[in-house]
Amino acid sequence: MTTIVAVADGIFEIRDGKPVLLGTRCTNCGNHMFPRQTGCPRCLFNEQEDVELATAGTLWTWTVQAFPPKAPPYLGPVGDDFTPYGVGYVELPDQLRVEGRLTVADPEQLKIGMPMELVLEPLSLDEDGNQIVTYAFAPVDNGDQS
Amino acid sequence: MSDVAIVGIGMHEFGRHDGISGMDQGVTAVRRALADCGQQWSDMEFAVGGSMDGGAADTMVSRIGLTGLPFTNVVNGCATGGTALAQAVNTIQSGAGDLGIAIGFDKHEKGAFRIKGPRGKDWYGGSGLALTTQFFGMKINRYMHQYGITQPTLAKVGAKAFRNGALNPMAWRRKPLSEEEVAESLMLSYPLTQYMFCSPGEGGVAMILCRADKAKQYTDRPIYLKAAAVRTRKFGSFEVLAPSIAIEHDPGPTSAASKAAFEMAGIGPEDVDVAQLQDTEAGAEVMHMAENGFCEHGEQEQMLANGETEINGRLPVNTDGGCLANGEPIGASGLRQVYENVLQLRGDAGERQVPNDPKVAYTHVYGAPGISGVTILSR
Ligand SMILES: [Zn+2]
Repeated sequence: MTTIVAVADGIFEIRDGKPVLLGTRCTNCGNHMFPRQTGCPRCLFNEQEDVELATAGTLWTWTVQAFPPKAPPYLGPVGDDFTPYGVGYVELPDQLRVEGRLTVADPEQLKIGMPMELVLEPLSLDEDGNQIVTYAFAPVDNGDQS
Repeated sequence: MSDVAIVGIGMHEFGRHDGISGMDQGVTAVRRALADCGQQWSDMEFAVGGSMDGGAADTMVSRIGLTGLPFTNVVNGCATGGTALAQAVNTIQSGAGDLGIAIGFDKHEKGAFRIKGPRGKDWYGGSGLALTTQFFGMKINRYMHQYGITQPTLAKVGAKAFRNGALNPMAWRRKPLSEEEVAESLMLSYPLTQYMFCSPGEGGVAMILCRADKAKQYTDRPIYLKAAAVRTRKFGSFEVLAPSIAIEHDPGPTSAASKAAFEMAGIGPEDVDVAQLQDTEAGAEVMHMAENGFCEHGEQEQMLANGETEINGRLPVNTDGGCLANGEPIGASGLRQVYENVLQLRGDAGERQVPNDPKVAYTHVYGAPGISGVTILSR
């Protein structure tokens, strides 16, 4: 079975097959930051606590990456294997807006304000055959919604 | 602030120049600026220069003259040229020198800029997020949603750039393109197509500045710097290459630099006769019109439809073709805008000359990681 590994440490944890983003919250003003950092650019206070960020929110803006990024640094498939992917900012309520890949790349299916949730996105295999994954946002399946 | 004047300008053609280094292009710009005001390199009391990929600017003295002058290198992203100019102004105002030169040049590899992830981690680039083009697509997409700007308006901006570039012998892209050709070119980062984006390029610009009361010694047509302001992002500003942004909103460094510059010059946007605004892509020009105070958000749609930003319009914008037609050699780009404005104010802009004797000209650069530089010039 292929082992799944995160693209880097300290950005997200994988729990029940889904990513949980690792953020920081300023203990003075409540400002949220991602990725984790020390020092708050909002109130200039220097005491923060580690928090896990919300796993769902709404699409604030988006685009589609239609050409292959330069590799390196890009770890996903390039050349003939490249497939366009969406990129957007998702607003996590009362926290912040996080940039990430979107699982949808069709402009017809992307609308500002639509509900989104975190999922894992495969990039490539590392030299040991492990599947490198990053986090991405997928439209919330609201088929059951009345 | 009218105590500094621009007395000489020089430029190396923008574009792709195989076999000519970025430094070579900077040296050519310096020689042309010196010739423009009849001065020698040995007359320069100080120099400020910058380049991102073209090497350390100060090393050019081994070719243009080891005169011992103080030469400061500046590196400030897309605002490198604007910062070089601001530093030259500061040097003159502080009394450290009466006559000096600001230089910017560059030469980049082809294609989109290769960018490492923030804070040295490769998860960002590895995940496919380290592209400035994405930011521009996302910023204008949100803006269009909020303020009712349409895709045809973006195509109009592109077509205008190439039309103006065709009239500019120093421009890289000199072939006019129709709105249809711009709109139907390859979609790179929705809603922006290939011809709505500028490319990294090559070129060099230099300008010679002096104390305003000495300007007539060097030229009979001095152009005065009424303002030069540089600002960086504040908390809540939406900027390029940001893994996250705050929900709290700040209008950004462009608004701040613009306000500071107008205050310094003691005039308002309504007094400006010609403007060069950062157009990394067509949407940026649209948004920067409002961020610099030239209209309200959303009014651009009608302004473009009316042709108000054409060379013959009410507020000509990017008369030399902007970044879209000239490409973006990072170190030189901000100085190119000033060069164009000096030509316009002198009445030397040839086929693309703004009519009715323009008196006040405005430049604006913007770049990573959230920096803007504005200048205001007058005759
Ligand atoms: Zn704080």
